[in-house]
Amino acid sequence: MNAVPKNIEAVQGAPLLRVDSLTKWYGHVVGCRDVSFELRAGEVLGVVGESGSGKTTLLNCISGKLAPSSGAVEFETSRFGLADIYSLSEPDRRRMQREEWGFVHQNPRDGLRMRVSGGANVAEPLMNLNNRHYGKMRQATIDWLERVELDTRRIDDKPRNFSGGMQQRIQVARNLIHGPRLVFMDEPTGGLDVSVQARLLDLLRELVRDLDLAVIIVTHDMAVARLMADRLLVMKGGDVVETGLTDQVLDDPQHPYSQLLVSSVLQI
Amino acid sequence: MTSHVPARPNEAERYYNYAYLDEQTKRMIRRAILKALAIPGYQVPFGSREMPVPYGWGTGGIQLTAAIIGPQDVYKCIDQGADDTTNAVSIRQFFAKIADVETTEDTGEATIIQTRHRIPEKPLKEGQVLIFQVPQPEPLRGLEARETETRAMHAYQEYGLQYVSLYENVSKYGRIAATAGYPVMIEERYLMSPSPIPKFDNPKMGGNEAILLFGAGREKRIYAVPPHTSVRSLDFEDYPFETQSWDETCALCGAEDSYLDEVILDDAGAKMFVCSDSHHCGERRDAGHVGDMAGHQLAALDKEPA
Repeated sequence: MNAVPKNIEAVQGAPLLRVDSLTKWYGHVVGCRDVSFELRAGEVLGVVGESGSGKTTLLNCISGKLAPSSGAVEFETSRFGLADIYSLSEPDRRRMQREEWGFVHQNPRDGLRMRVSGGANVAEPLMNLNNRHYGKMRQATIDWLERVELDTRRIDDKPRNFSGGMQQRIQVARNLIHGPRLVFMDEPTGGLDVSVQARLLDLLRELVRDLDLAVIIVTHDMAVARLMADRLLVMKGGDVVETGLTDQVLDDPQHPYSQLLVSSVLQI
Repeated sequence: MTSHVPARPNEAERYYNYAYLDEQTKRMIRRAILKALAIPGYQVPFGSREMPVPYGWGTGGIQLTAAIIGPQDVYKCIDQGADDTTNAVSIRQFFAKIADVETTEDTGEATIIQTRHRIPEKPLKEGQVLIFQVPQPEPLRGLEARETETRAMHAYQEYGLQYVSLYENVSKYGRIAATAGYPVMIEERYLMSPSPIPKFDNPKMGGNEAILLFGAGREKRIYAVPPHTSVRSLDFEDYPFETQSWDETCALCGAEDSYLDEVILDDAGAKMFVCSDSHHCGERRDAGHVGDMAGHQLAALDKEPA
């Protein structure tokens, strides 16, 4: 890919995403408090923690869905350079989200249009980017269905006719087809049985490496974190209690809560 | 004791409730119409009133007509192109009664034409107003259920989603098979649903000399296409927009270029194709054009008084 030199430069130079003292209050309940980190191109950041620890609040704030109470989220946009996403005008922000980001929901029903076919779901981001050639979009859709290992003969089936794992694959294809630079994933393997989970994780890992994507993945599953993430944020009660390289955090957890989290993984 | 004598039509006293709606309501609707004309294709919300017909029978169109009609107007009302259908006849009678206007079936003579799902075959001219009855003003509604979201999409001109419906059409039928309510772009800015007119009529909207007004009573929206406005039907580069065409000609008048309705004649499957625009067909027959089944009893129907 011709984007390689740029990416190397990006890794060495400025971050793709910079989050600075991000805080979100729900009235006087804290969602997440004083979170700061940087993310570079090609890097996968895992956010782990128990239910209610603020993982999803953090993800929603960073992905432009939920305005934070204070703090900044800066993204290296292709049109405006490094910019606070909440200081962009709404049309500019929506356009940036469309062009440069992807968001994989836990439940494919939230991320897909259930009334239109799987193929149209995958092609929609292309149409949103002003692609108006049916044949080319059709071919791109077929290529991507192959890439996520779906039967291309089922391209025109409705999402409800696919199994949960297949729906999730459609969602992954839909969120990668337009060549985003940053993808958010909220428990992408959440509702799937373990064998399907393993295959999907394998696929995601491969795609992330091939496309040199920056990914923020929220999960409560330590195995997913271990497989996917380069770095981890451990959250508890809205605070980040520990950060570090994935292997470092999981093999030698320092904070009592991280220790509890790691030790509570079931062994068989 | 004085006995009450009702005001006769066109006396000053009558004007307070002239054309059914009260004056304040008519002013409100006129303001919405002016805004709609100023922003072609933009859906202007308005305070839709209850009308003496159910939703879906043309409440939006009737309110638009009531807001702009005056005693000097000549009123025509069509339903699927025909002047003689029940709904068209009753709405025409309604305005004859409450607005004291002359009614006509002649497209060229009318100053206000209210229509359900057709644009007359005869080209409209300056000074005429065509009023559409619209069931669903939002072209994106079938794909996006949230009103807040569709309004943002219109505001920011994010119309990629509309192509998803065309994509579905091509993948299912191998062509853009949608036939009615085919989405259009107005002045390359606003996406608009042309109400369920057949796509056959879509090209007639662009560069039209008349004013096109659209009213959705239940959905409380008014929008407009002013004269000489560009109207583009959406399509793909490799699947261009095309209109319907027929192998048959009109069985009564022999027209080759009009929109045809298929009429089943008996239980044995006999059928005929006739112009959907009944006035256009009648005019052609008067001018001496004859189709394969000229003189069929269906032709006699439109001679009866409305």
